[in-house]
Amino acid sequence: MGRTPSARTLSEKVWDRHVVRQADGEPDLLFIDLHLIHEVTSPQAFDGLRLHGRPVRRPDLTVATEDHNVPTDDIAWPIADPVSRQQVETLRDNCEEFGIALFEMGSPGQGIVHVIGPEMGLTQPGMTIVCGDSHTSTHGAFGALAFGIGTSEVEHVLATQTLPQQRPATMSVTVEGTLPVSCTAKDVILAIIGRIGTGGGIGSVIEYRGEVVRSLSMEGRMTVCNMSIEAGARAGLIAPDDTTFQYLEGRPNAPAGPAWEAALDDWRSLRSDDDAAFDTEVVIDGSDLVPHVSWGTNPAQVAPIDGAVPHPDGFAEASSRDAAARALQYMGLAPNTPFKEIPVDTVFIGSCTNSRIEDLRVAAAVVDGRRVRPGMRAFVVPGSGAVKAQAEAEGLHEVFKAAGFDWREPGCSMCLAMNPDKLSPGERCASTSNRNFEGRQGKGGRTHLVSPAVAAATAVAGAFATPGDLR
Amino acid sequence: MKPVRKITATALPLDRSDVDTDQIIPSDWLKRVERTGFERGLFSEWREDPDFVLNDPRFSEARILIAGPNFGTGSSREHAVWAIQQYGFEAVVSPRFGDIFRNNSTKNGLVPVQVSADTARSLLDCVATEPATQITVDVERLTLSAPAAGISAEFPLEGAVQHRLLEGLDDIGLTLLHTEDITSFEDARPAWMPSLA
Ligand code: SF4
Repeated sequence: MGRTPSARTLSEKVWDRHVVRQADGEPDLLFIDLHLIHEVTSPQAFDGLRLHGRPVRRPDLTVATEDHNVPTDDIAWPIADPVSRQQVETLRDNCEEFGIALFEMGSPGQGIVHVIGPEMGLTQPGMTIVCGDSHTSTHGAFGALAFGIGTSEVEHVLATQTLPQQRPATMSVTVEGTLPVSCTAKDVILAIIGRIGTGGGIGSVIEYRGEVVRSLSMEGRMTVCNMSIEAGARAGLIAPDDTTFQYLEGRPNAPAGPAWEAALDDWRSLRSDDDAAFDTEVVIDGSDLVPHVSWGTNPAQVAPIDGAVPHPDGFAEASSRDAAARALQYMGLAPNTPFKEIPVDTVFIGSCTNSRIEDLRVAAAVVDGRRVRPGMRAFVVPGSGAVKAQAEAEGLHEVFKAAGFDWREPGCSMCLAMNPDKLSPGERCASTSNRNFEGRQGKGGRTHLVSPAVAAATAVAGAFATPGDLR
Repeated sequence: MKPVRKITATALPLDRSDVDTDQIIPSDWLKRVERTGFERGLFSEWREDPDFVLNDPRFSEARILIAGPNFGTGSSREHAVWAIQQYGFEAVVSPRFGDIFRNNSTKNGLVPVQVSADTARSLLDCVATEPATQITVDVERLTLSAPAAGISAEFPLEGAVQHRLLEGLDDIGLTLLHTEDITSFEDARPAWMPSLA
């Protein structure tokens, strides 16, 4: 069967409906439905506005939160670090001056920017969403076109509510089959990145498809889309379906009444046409996936947890060999060491990848009635005030505390070293976050990316472990 | 933004792949609210190693940075571009750039020169052995050349981006010329779309 020339992929459909202006030889001018901001990447953008005497065009489509600098053990104002404090104060002043809604530290709506958008119902199918933060791709789980931008672009969106953008290439990643019960969304995305590499998605928007993706909850889909950027992709998205609609119905900013029906009609059209062509197609069998752990210093350096640290000589390409050797040196790992024999110092459960209620439920179920290995530092940082409240209503915090975990206030925490939660040089961490770059969690720190289930089991075992390994 | 037409300078060989923006500028430096003063943060953790190439006096005059593939992946921090530029580099050469880094570069007048893996390899090797090699990046012709080493290559840049670099134009000013288009787009948006008004 031939392809209909007008057949389009989901990302192309969302793109097309946001084009404000198109001209030969110029990038498309896209309208932005939602602009999320936080304290780190916005101060210079607001300065730019002031310098030119420009207002924020649509404060009503702009939302701010405080997350990166938040101290998660004591959220009470003021922040001890004067530089962090100044950055948060600058955001507060800017939001006040330009009339932007801000969720301050300690307020119930506050949390990691990519956690609060969906939970407030602000993230909806078919929207364009941007933020001065690469993990904006998270919102693609709802079938929105959501991508990270730099500070110059933040200023551009503040001033015009639009962005000139080059049309991205399209890529589909289909995960077929049925996911084994031992595997989670995190293992799916780690395996995908391991397969396509850190540059595999550059220039593209990835659409995740297939039975395994369909079977994931919204939380799981957000975990997958969150790490699209780790494969280099501009964005990642998943066509909305009943799972999406059920998640959204009744949320504070979701349409209600007749508007809900109108929205549903529209959202149901948001899927790639059957004969739409993708520039790149990747198919993965999800049925034989196993839990994954990263061993190196980029997120494509991952392996099944049942295996061992690879030997650099095993890589065909010279550049991969060099990168692996460098990574193992930084990570303090000898080739061929079984992962389950590597002792771990710290377990961090949190970040915009895995700090939602479902992640905490999974981790709590693993540690319930068990104890964190003596000497291990283990802590749980809910992604938002709402997640924290929900977890406490379910008693999850008691489970964690009884097991020996610290129970913290919402923020980015040990995902990146901008607040007091840091690794010390040489410290080894099993982390549910998204980046294992050198120094990401603190200078000299050694990060291993894992799922919440593996992180929880590792806290109990003292070395990398899956829940199945615990007796 | 200042116009950028042609850069002729020596280069620094950063022979590594997957140089992410966390390495270019570690997160400690992200707390600043200013747009200047980031040069000291450039590769600040790697610079503690005396053997790191940035500490090699033979390359102290370099204004072109040459790296392996996947340069500038990871975090969206524009601070990475500010740090590279404020340190004194005017162009970065790599076989593949992170998308956001690439965008951020052009907004600030730092030229992302994307060349084939073979060209990058030859450049890295020739600059490492002959640090005085002069390299020219020509934004008008979209070419990179190192005549002494017999290297010449073309690099891609979208027409509109090239135009903005050559003229030193500011994006926001250009977009505001189309305010009417934006207003009519806004008028046609469905009323049920979320808003915080
Ligand atoms: S949790 Fe980590 S990745 Fe997510 S927004 Fe915060 S710092 Fe960025």
